[in-house]
Amino acid sequence: MRAWGALLARELRLALRHPADSLAAVLFFVLVAALFPFGIGPVPEALARLAPGALLASALLAALLPLDRLFGADAEDGTLDQLLLSGIGAAAVALAKAVAHWLVTGLPLLVATPIAGAMLNLAQEAWPAAMAALGLATGFLSLLGTAGAALTLGARRGGVLLPLLVLPLAIPAVIFGAAGIEAAAAGLEARPYLLLLGALLAAALPLAPLAAGAALRVE
Amino acid sequence: MDTADTRTGPSPLPLPAAAPRGGLHRFANPGRFLRLSGQVLPWLTAAAVLVLGIGLPWGLFFSPPDWQQGETVRILYVHVPMAWLAMGGYAGLALGSVLSLIWRHPLADLACRELSPVGALATALCLATGSLWGKPMWGTWWVWDARLTSVLVLFFLWLGHAALVRAFDDTERGARMGAILALIGAVNVPIVKFSVDWWNTLHQPASVTRLGAPGLHVDILYPLLTCGLGFTLAFAALVLARTRAAVMERRIRALQLAAARRAEAP
Repeated sequence: MRAWGALLARELRLALRHPADSLAAVLFFVLVAALFPFGIGPVPEALARLAPGALLASALLAALLPLDRLFGADAEDGTLDQLLLSGIGAAAVALAKAVAHWLVTGLPLLVATPIAGAMLNLAQEAWPAAMAALGLATGFLSLLGTAGAALTLGARRGGVLLPLLVLPLAIPAVIFGAAGIEAAAAGLEARPYLLLLGALLAAALPLAPLAAGAALRVE
Repeated sequence: MDTADTRTGPSPLPLPAAAPRGGLHRFANPGRFLRLSGQVLPWLTAAAVLVLGIGLPWGLFFSPPDWQQGETVRILYVHVPMAWLAMGGYAGLALGSVLSLIWRHPLADLACRELSPVGALATALCLATGSLWGKPMWGTWWVWDARLTSVLVLFFLWLGHAALVRAFDDTERGARMGAILALIGAVNVPIVKFSVDWWNTLHQPASVTRLGAPGLHVDILYPLLTCGLGFTLAFAALVLARTRAAVMERRIRALQLAAARRAEAP
């Protein structure tokens, strides 16, 4: 457990020393959200109708950005082999990577959610639900994406392949997340949708690191 | 039969050193696989041609048109078997992936690698025929109906598997990664299916009447089952032929490598 904590701390320290990566993801999120009004016109009602799905889609795309380098640098300089030999298990290494990815990419997106929500004319009552839904959905994507990054490690065109593998599997998170935000915007209860999202996250929490660990152990 | 292995030449595939004699392991030997599949393949192909030769004309010309949908119902005889193959094929892929991960059968690796393009083709044909059928019946090429959406996701999974397996210079690494991906997909498919069903009932309740509800008359059911069997045989023959070609390709590459090494040696 201490070793796992040290690994997580190392990942976070690395991310803090290169804050541009996190900022780039946030900027990408806001930019993609800002593209939607240009596509469908500035009518507030149309924007509000589209806002839940647009937020989810932008957030998932932004969270995908840093995934293709998740294991790359460590694999190149041999750190990954050392981590796998360290005795904490390949699945635990993958879990630490996923948690770090969420803290570094998913969490900053939550801070930017009100900005993107305001640009998309999302009702202010729905902002807390939007932040909760984005938090859970990006957590789910971090786990899935870690498995995807482990699978495409060393592949040709891995960066292109990764979204192709991960995005179809992330469809349930988009469905439940957008439904939750929509319900909150309509003055309904968002809780059941968020609970379903939480269930997805809870199912992925043990399974995705196991799959990622199995992929990392392939020599 | 056991002594015949040596006649097929040096095997380029790594064989498990102490492969158990019984059960499926007997077929893990590439030499024996080539010999056996070489005997089976012509019969399988002939059976596929024969059954499709009966089933397709039966369905396309001699079966009665539907009282509501008229002649367009005949797309069913291609569309439904393709949907069965798309899903059944994925179950087969998951099974093959388990075999490849647990027992490290090189043949299971190759079969999975050769299965995914054929599965993707079946899924694409299912989507294309469904789209062609949807235009005259529903008035549109595409609706976000729950079933259509899940088949579309299945299509992406097939393509992702086919692309991932081929993305590595080390074919064995590619096979392992593909096997893990297929298992992730197999766990995820029911979740996707559930969420899409649920999303669809939320957004557009039962706007599209489906064929499944009233049950099929035997005049349509029997040709459909015949076509289903025929396409399944053709699918199996295609995968078998592709796997044979892949085994032989590997063998040729190994022989060329050996020849090159001999030429280099003084």
